Amino acid sequence: MMNASGKKWAFIAAIVLSFVLAQFQGEINPYFLQIIIYVGINTILASSLNLINGFTGQFSLGHAGFMSLGAYTASMITITFQATPGATSSYVMFPVALLVGGIVAAVAGVLVGIPSLRLKGDYLAITTLGLGEIIRVIIQNLDFVGGARGLVGIPKLSDFFWVFSVVAIVIFMISNMIHSTYGKGFLAVRDDEVAAQAMGINTTKYKVIAFVIGAFFAGVAGGLYAHFVSYITPSQFGFIKSIEIVVMVIVGGMGNTVGVILAAIVLTILPEALRGVAEYRMVLYSLMLVVIMISRPQGLFGTGFKRFFKKQAA
Amino acid sequence: MSLLELQDCTMKFGGLTAVSGLSVSIGKSDLIGMIGPNGAGKTTAFNMITGVYCPTSGQVTFNGSNLTGKKPYDIVATGIARTFQNIRLFTSLTVFENVQVSFNKSLNHGLSHSVLQLKKFREEEDSVRRTIVDLLKIFKLDGVKDELATSLPYGDQRRVEIVRALATKPKLLLLDEPAAGMNPTEKVELMKLIKEVKERFDIAILLIEHDMKVVMGICERIFVLDYGIKIAEGTPSEIQCNPKVIEAYLGEQVET
Repeated sequence: MMNASGKKWAFIAAIVLSFVLAQFQGEINPYFLQIIIYVGINTILASSLNLINGFTGQFSLGHAGFMSLGAYTASMITITFQATPGATSSYVMFPVALLVGGIVAAVAGVLVGIPSLRLKGDYLAITTLGLGEIIRVIIQNLDFVGGARGLVGIPKLSDFFWVFSVVAIVIFMISNMIHSTYGKGFLAVRDDEVAAQAMGINTTKYKVIAFVIGAFFAGVAGGLYAHFVSYITPSQFGFIKSIEIVVMVIVGGMGNTVGVILAAIVLTILPEALRGVAEYRMVLYSLMLVVIMISRPQGLFGTGFKRFFKKQAA
Repeated sequence: MSLLELQDCTMKFGGLTAVSGLSVSIGKSDLIGMIGPNGAGKTTAFNMITGVYCPTSGQVTFNGSNLTGKKPYDIVATGIARTFQNIRLFTSLTVFENVQVSFNKSLNHGLSHSVLQLKKFREEEDSVRRTIVDLLKIFKLDGVKDELATSLPYGDQRRVEIVRALATKPKLLLLDEPAAGMNPTEKVELMKLIKEVKERFDIAILLIEHDMKVVMGICERIFVLDYGIKIAEGTPSEIQCNPKVIEAYLGEQVET
């Protein structure tokens, strides 16, 4: 574990490094750049979901829903104010748009979280799955954001710098949080709610906070994604996407930041790396997941998954 | 003036009355035992005090304020801490972190301070860490502070639970069968420990216990529950020869 000032320097170094590396992003193959950007976005999504599923022990399957809210909100802002890539004004407008997207997702997180976090385990999973789908269907029926046809003409503002700065911010904030006294409160809620309450922790409040922070970063990730692909449809944010993120958290090890980041990297690159074997690609990918789960049910690095099942069985 | 006051508290679960018309009063430096056969309603009484259950009727007053209907985490804030019958330590946390959880309620800085590691957070975090280490030293647990709490021997786990409860800075500590599963040597140590805690932290203690040696050995006053009703109250020697208590435990005397 790094100490506080070490972490702070690592954080600043990461931001500077992403800025420096961003200067060379024109040099590399756009296909590789795309994969690298996806790695970053998936890292944000997986780390933020890890806060909800891994650290606080609330199994959520609605992460893609929050992602879509952030994506659509941020896109509507940049489209409305006609941000253009390269223009100085977009250096202000883009982060503001991302922030607003995150806030909208966080507000949705509160609205969804307060009623649904009374539920536990598989009940919560199904509820969040349903709420994620509701968000998708609502967007699908909103004509001013393109409905099912999707939203086109989103300025391509995301680049290596923005994505990896946010990655650094997410990791910095979540790891700070988890290593603080408050962080132990979140872990306590996961381990034993009755005991946590008996130690003075307002469990509902902690769950909602985790949910809101997780939703916020999912929203920001959505904004980054939309401004990279420049064309989004509601179907991109279906529950398959949510499950993809959950898989990253589980493979990495619930409640283990490093494991989850590595899983996000591996599971983003893997389907691309397997393109050589064409039609067997997804078969191999799935097979690998099966093998990992059989040999390391707690995830590559974590100890959380076993505990999750133990709790369900108890 | 009494610290904790239960007035005519009744707890019903559907058709079952677990506790009926219980009235108890505990002073601010009492060490009181609660005994009774299995299913007498002792743990239910604890759960009413700590807010896990809300009494069907009656009132719980603590330190002058009404606790009835309050949430468990609000009740902890007023100064009641507890341990559990079946140890409920946080399984993935170390001994140190288990105790650290109890400081959540008293932090003066917000979550944002922690996330951004501002000065206020660092100062308070340091003082919390020092307090925890001091507490663990008193209970001779500082040597295992970085071990997983659930990997400790049973007796030590009980002690961690007590430290964790004390870390919430209670005025009244509720111990639910602290001697359960302990061997005779551990029980002797536990009795010493409970007395020491009471003196050092200047708090009231209410304990549920089946082991009569422990109860009779340390409690100043005992009350006995049977089928949810308080059948006796008094000093250990009074309780020992109370016919009602003997009846509850051993059954009625048969005429010969």
